[in-house]
Amino acid sequence: MSGITVSGLSKRWGDSYAVRDVSFSVEPGSFAVLLGPSGCGKSTLLRLISGLESASAGSIEIGGRDVTARPPAERDLAMVFQSYALFPHLSVAENILFGLKVRKVPRTDQTERLARVADLLGLSELLDRRPSQLSGGQQQRVALGRAIIAEKPICLMDEPLSNLDAKLRHEMRVEIRALQRKLGMTMLYVTHDQAEAMGMADRIILLKDGTIEQNATPVETYGRPATSFAGRFIGTPPMNVLALTWEYGGVRIKGTNTALLNGIPKSDLTAGLRPEDIVLDEASVHRAEVETIEYLGADTLIDCRLGSERLTVRTRGADGLSPGAEIGLTWPRAAIHLFDVGSGHRRDDLLTGAEG
Amino acid sequence: MGPLANRTWIHAWLFLSPAMILLIAFTHYPAAVTLFHSFFSTPRGKRPAKFVGLENYETLLADTTFWKVLGNNLWYALGTIPASVAIAILMALWVDSKLKGRGFVRMAYFTPTVLPLIAVANIWMFFYTPGFGLIDQITGFFGFSQHNWLGDPSTALNAVIVVAVWKEAGFFMIFYLAALQTIPVSLREAAAIEGAGRWYFFRRVTFPLLMPTTLFVSVNAVINSFRLVDHIFVMTEGGPDNASSLLLFYIYETSFRFWDTAYASTLTVALLLLLFAVAIGQFLLLDKRVHYR
Repeated sequence: MSGITVSGLSKRWGDSYAVRDVSFSVEPGSFAVLLGPSGCGKSTLLRLISGLESASAGSIEIGGRDVTARPPAERDLAMVFQSYALFPHLSVAENILFGLKVRKVPRTDQTERLARVADLLGLSELLDRRPSQLSGGQQQRVALGRAIIAEKPICLMDEPLSNLDAKLRHEMRVEIRALQRKLGMTMLYVTHDQAEAMGMADRIILLKDGTIEQNATPVETYGRPATSFAGRFIGTPPMNVLALTWEYGGVRIKGTNTALLNGIPKSDLTAGLRPEDIVLDEASVHRAEVETIEYLGADTLIDCRLGSERLTVRTRGADGLSPGAEIGLTWPRAAIHLFDVGSGHRRDDLLTGAEG
Repeated sequence: MGPLANRTWIHAWLFLSPAMILLIAFTHYPAAVTLFHSFFSTPRGKRPAKFVGLENYETLLADTTFWKVLGNNLWYALGTIPASVAIAILMALWVDSKLKGRGFVRMAYFTPTVLPLIAVANIWMFFYTPGFGLIDQITGFFGFSQHNWLGDPSTALNAVIVVAVWKEAGFFMIFYLAALQTIPVSLREAAAIEGAGRWYFFRRVTFPLLMPTTLFVSVNAVINSFRLVDHIFVMTEGGPDNASSLLLFYIYETSFRFWDTAYASTLTVALLLLLFAVAIGQFLLLDKRVHYR
């Protein structure tokens, strides 16, 4: 089994960098997700690893072998495209077998592997159809089939679920993850959907502007976001990032006069609070004014104003509240994340000496 | 039918009428009249046309010039169609790739299409001129003797074929270029990941996906091979000894040089039937192998 190691990888078009000095590695047999907003370079990074684009600098190793200058076919990997890239004039069976036919795998071997893959993906009934006669979900399965029949140790996926509806997307998510475990493939998966990343990944590599923002497990990415960007990108609704001021010797949320934390040296900081960590508490000293209420069924989102800052609270049982009402908010001490204003980096060091 | 439905019908006919009037006046009516005339004798002086039944068609079957010209035309079609289609695909693939000065190359390939066929024929007249024409100058440089390309019955038709291919390939290239650009890049990338080479990809993916274009282009090419005769007028006038005469040129000569309009009508009907059969045959034959998206 082989993993992927990328070091110092850059891709430049003219003066602009799509990917800038990126290094990470993917453990053999693990599921890594490249996550980021559109234009962050995640797809470019995947195309660099697949060999469809050539790197401007840096190196790519697959299974311990330097493949930076190798063509895609010599990188021992399979790829699933966002558009599925199915051949419209070929049947499902011919689409899945395309790679095996290119490599002249013996006919009996082809039939056997096709039967196995079709069975695994539930495509056995559809083998004679053309791609245009299939639903989006079925086309997605054919694309998956073409990737796994090759039995390559590494599979790359470029936003494979973005053309499916929400329900199907969830089903395919579970299925792809189960398939990856079953076949023991190393998977590198690109998405802009943080829920997809959280649900599937062993590791999330979060990208912004062509550089890595954070490379960690989903639990760590959610619990200890490395930057305020990471905090806001992971989780729905996003983390509240509040501006802070220093008055009367303590740090306060801007526009309020109750201390958030004491004993923090004065520096430019913001505080991150996840909406689901905030609790309604009538006795609390932090008083906020309700602006809008959004009822979602299982829970309710309350947008409110605390001092000069707006924040979102996610709670259950907000009955009887209406816009304009005054509420008290509280949160556990451990729910406060501090970020540097300039760099956006997490400042846990400041929290250790501080008092709640 | 209510008054509103009536109005819709009137509007529909009003919109249809300009195109319909033109088509009927200049296409359908002349075709019907031609068919009608083919059953009559040619009116001359005091002798009006009289009904002769299938006599003109009997003349046609016994006319050795007709068979010679028809044979020429088939050879001409066989020579021009595959060659111009193949060259068109090659040129389209070439100018579809990333290459410097692509716009210029595309324009250069398309230029023969823009030029009038008469002008093209004049250019090629110069190439073919015995002794000091371009071709003889080049072959002469390598020590070959001079050759009258257009005056020799064995080469006249082939010389004319080359001109037609040169003229048509650029035109067909435009259709292939447009078709190539509708093939998603991701197909090429997916094939590259699987290790498919360029030729394999062309054979298994590009060419099958170009089939609708190939059908369209080949139907057009067949029609053109019977329709385009302008260069014959300039270059050979069908000669020597009808060696380069084509069906339409023969029809023109019969009709406007010998003024045998009835026989010309008969020849025209034969040409129409031939084209009709070929077009239907092409659709039936190729339709099964064409994948429309």
